[in-house]
Amino acid sequence: MSTHTEHQAQQGREPLDVNTPGLTRFDIVREGARRDDIEIVHYEPQVVPGSKAERRLTRTVAAMFLLTGLAATAFLIIYIWWPWEYAPGRGGDKWYTPLLGVTLGVALLGIGFGILTWGKKLLPKEVSIQDRHEGAVSADDRTITGQTMLYMADELGVKRRPLLGISLLAGLAPVGAVVAAPLVGGLISDPHKNNQMFTTGFAPAEGGQKIRLVREDGRPVRPADISAGGQLTVFPGIEHGVSNRHADSPTLLIHLRDSDAQESRRNNEREGHGDYMWGNYAAFSKICTHAGCPASLYEQQTNRLLCPCHQSQFLITDNARPIFGPASRRLPQLPIEVDAEGYFVAKSDYTETVGPDFWERP
Amino acid sequence: MKRRKFDMAAVPGKTAAGLDDRFQAATPLRRLLNKVFPDHWSFLLGEIALFSFIVLLLTGVFLTFFFEPAMTEVVYNGSYAPLRGTPMSAAYASSLDISFDVRGGLIMRQMHHWAALLFMAAIVVHMLRVFFTGAFRKPRETNWIIGSLLFWVGFLAGFTGYSLPDDGLSGTGLRIASAIMLSIPVIGSWVTSSIFGGEFPGTIIISRFFIAHVLLIPGLLVALISVHLGLVFKQKHTQWPGPGRTNGNVVGERMFPRYALKQGGFFMVVFGVIALMGGLFQINPIWLFGPYEAWVVSAASQPDWYVMFLDGSTRLMPAWEIPIPIGDGYVIPPLFWPTVVLPGILVALSTLYPFLEARHLKDYRSHNLLQRPRDVPARTAVGAMAVAFYVVLTLSGANDVIADKFQISLNAMTWAGRIGLLVLPPLAYYVTYRLCLGLQQHDREVLAHGVETGIIRRLPDGRFVEVHQPLSAAQGHDGEAHGELEYAGWVVPKKMNRLGALGPAIRGFFYPIEKPAEAPVSPGHPPVEARPEREEIGSGERRG
Repeated sequence: MSTHTEHQAQQGREPLDVNTPGLTRFDIVREGARRDDIEIVHYEPQVVPGSKAERRLTRTVAAMFLLTGLAATAFLIIYIWWPWEYAPGRGGDKWYTPLLGVTLGVALLGIGFGILTWGKKLLPKEVSIQDRHEGAVSADDRTITGQTMLYMADELGVKRRPLLGISLLAGLAPVGAVVAAPLVGGLISDPHKNNQMFTTGFAPAEGGQKIRLVREDGRPVRPADISAGGQLTVFPGIEHGVSNRHADSPTLLIHLRDSDAQESRRNNEREGHGDYMWGNYAAFSKICTHAGCPASLYEQQTNRLLCPCHQSQFLITDNARPIFGPASRRLPQLPIEVDAEGYFVAKSDYTETVGPDFWERP
Repeated sequence: MKRRKFDMAAVPGKTAAGLDDRFQAATPLRRLLNKVFPDHWSFLLGEIALFSFIVLLLTGVFLTFFFEPAMTEVVYNGSYAPLRGTPMSAAYASSLDISFDVRGGLIMRQMHHWAALLFMAAIVVHMLRVFFTGAFRKPRETNWIIGSLLFWVGFLAGFTGYSLPDDGLSGTGLRIASAIMLSIPVIGSWVTSSIFGGEFPGTIIISRFFIAHVLLIPGLLVALISVHLGLVFKQKHTQWPGPGRTNGNVVGERMFPRYALKQGGFFMVVFGVIALMGGLFQINPIWLFGPYEAWVVSAASQPDWYVMFLDGSTRLMPAWEIPIPIGDGYVIPPLFWPTVVLPGILVALSTLYPFLEARHLKDYRSHNLLQRPRDVPARTAVGAMAVAFYVVLTLSGANDVIADKFQISLNAMTWAGRIGLLVLPPLAYYVTYRLCLGLQQHDREVLAHGVETGIIRRLPDGRFVEVHQPLSAAQGHDGEAHGELEYAGWVVPKKMNRLGALGPAIRGFFYPIEKPAEAPVSPGHPPVEARPEREEIGSGERRG
């Protein structure tokens, strides 16, 4: 309280005795405000008590509150009795959520605007001025607190007894590591376990058996299944090959038109991938080398593959080289052939790393 | 035997006295009730964020009762016929159940999502208000830093939240997030593998995101918001300059009752608007996206709006791969720059800005009065530059949609974004700077010569001059007809009806509300002085 009395002394004002008989309640309120260094400089009722305006505002606020009650009741009735269970078609259930929203919204807006009107229109307007006391931080206080803390440090005597400080640090440092160890140790997982970053589901099985290219439903693919200019998403024909467990394996099998295929083969040979295509068929990883989205929008006319996430474009006939957008690396090509039964198989796994780029990719 | 009379009327007084005996609450409570808050509409933007956050907590708790954060594969067998029989993760199935099989679940989900969007929007707009008015200056730098951290923590809350349903769209987002982590030099693959528990997508990420989204991040948000509000309370709110307002006081209303009522009402209004949006406007219809499958994506896959600027920066980034030919060879992928480095720079710049500005201006005083943006052209222009940068990035995040809807080449959109990102911010700087100077000059002109009256006067020699109403009747010390007014850092009236020349506007929407009584009855204060008599409009003759 000392700051108050000081402040009041500065202003030369004696605190009012609130027990003085005859004080109105507002006198006491104003005195209270003054003790908090607040001066109520303007206090203006907005409506004359008993006036037409007051009655009208009161009615308005009351109407809003009653509207809230009404809307909230409607909400409950709809919530309980409206048919809400999903049914195909244009059933009444399609109105369930909108009706809940409208009734709840109206109920809340009613109470909100009611309170706002009450506060803004019916209560007196006021202007009060409170001191910030920013400059009032006394230099003495700073000195006292500072000296107290230094005194405490002296008492601990770390300066005179340095061994205490050193041993405490030496003791606490491992404790900090102990706190972090279970978290880090539990979470950490070797990204190179099973060489997982560099292999896909197309890696030949144990006995060197080549993996078939299958559709979404697991059926293998014959060359005749794709017409020229067409494409199909294929997966490794292994257990869970279609699922997200092999999220890096989805592959786009494309049947190029004759002229495109010739160009493609030429470019393949230049890269030393001469035997990657089978006939006019080429297979490229569908996982964008930029951010891992499926690069799946195939433009037949230009032989471009567009990734819809960040608009990288790959030219299929030129080893899926990135020709526009943020991708910097071509889509890896899967070497394919047709097995004895006439189904597509992968000759080997991808020879380049599939998926988004990272630091240690060779 | 006399029964002690039970005096009903004395109960509140006695209870209060009893409470005060135990807790000594009277003094701190009085201070709280009396605390003065300055009022201005722009001070309410932060409140929208706060109120949205409360709605997020309420609806979020509801959702946790029904959501199953597991990636176990299940076969959907719920009400939504088109997906029945589809294998999917338990997380996606339970999100569908919330939408279709939990009574009122859909409106809760949609309110939660809308509240999140509103939360982030309010944070951004509030941040702009604080920036452009200089409210971040000493002593409020700490609160500015906490506020900008709140944006990024809110960003994480939003991202982890919309990843949880494990639908086709959010799974793609998660895939990109994993690629972003993967792109960090040296440690990228270890970070990704540790967070996802192996190769993407693994089987644990939804559970981890869940605990982050419902416990860790909200905990952090609550802590930061508490400190943020506590500091506003302790340091007292800034105020606009104006009559009687100084750096050392707060002019406004006491907290109770009017200010608190208005806040409470405003909360209900925000809540109500979110309820209306949650009920009427569909958001994130996950049942249309299907479960996440690594090979499925559709065009126009956009994240929530506050993530779009990073999506945009990623799209605009040229394919600059940096190979490092040591040993087997290493590489820094182009994805690293727009998604890791750029946010890092943005965090650093926004955090440091108050200190950079203070250093640049050598201004180390405390400021409690706000500045009008026009009065600090350099800062306003820097802000406009930042906004331009952000808008270009955000629009680029939707450049495929724009290209599609307006029949523009997609590649042209990308190039427009790349060029725009470099050209528009400096342009915005220049234009804003000039605008600020122009507005300043106009203010000074009005202060010096008065308000345009719209009255044209013909002089004897045939010239026409416009009559100005001087704002001050005082004689200038140099014998000029009128004195020049000092600019006070606040709105200068520029229209005659602002000066009361056109009679007061009639209040009331449908019919006029009666005028207040001549001398308002004030229980404590002497009647408010009557307004000074309206001055006649000068003919302009006194002008030099």
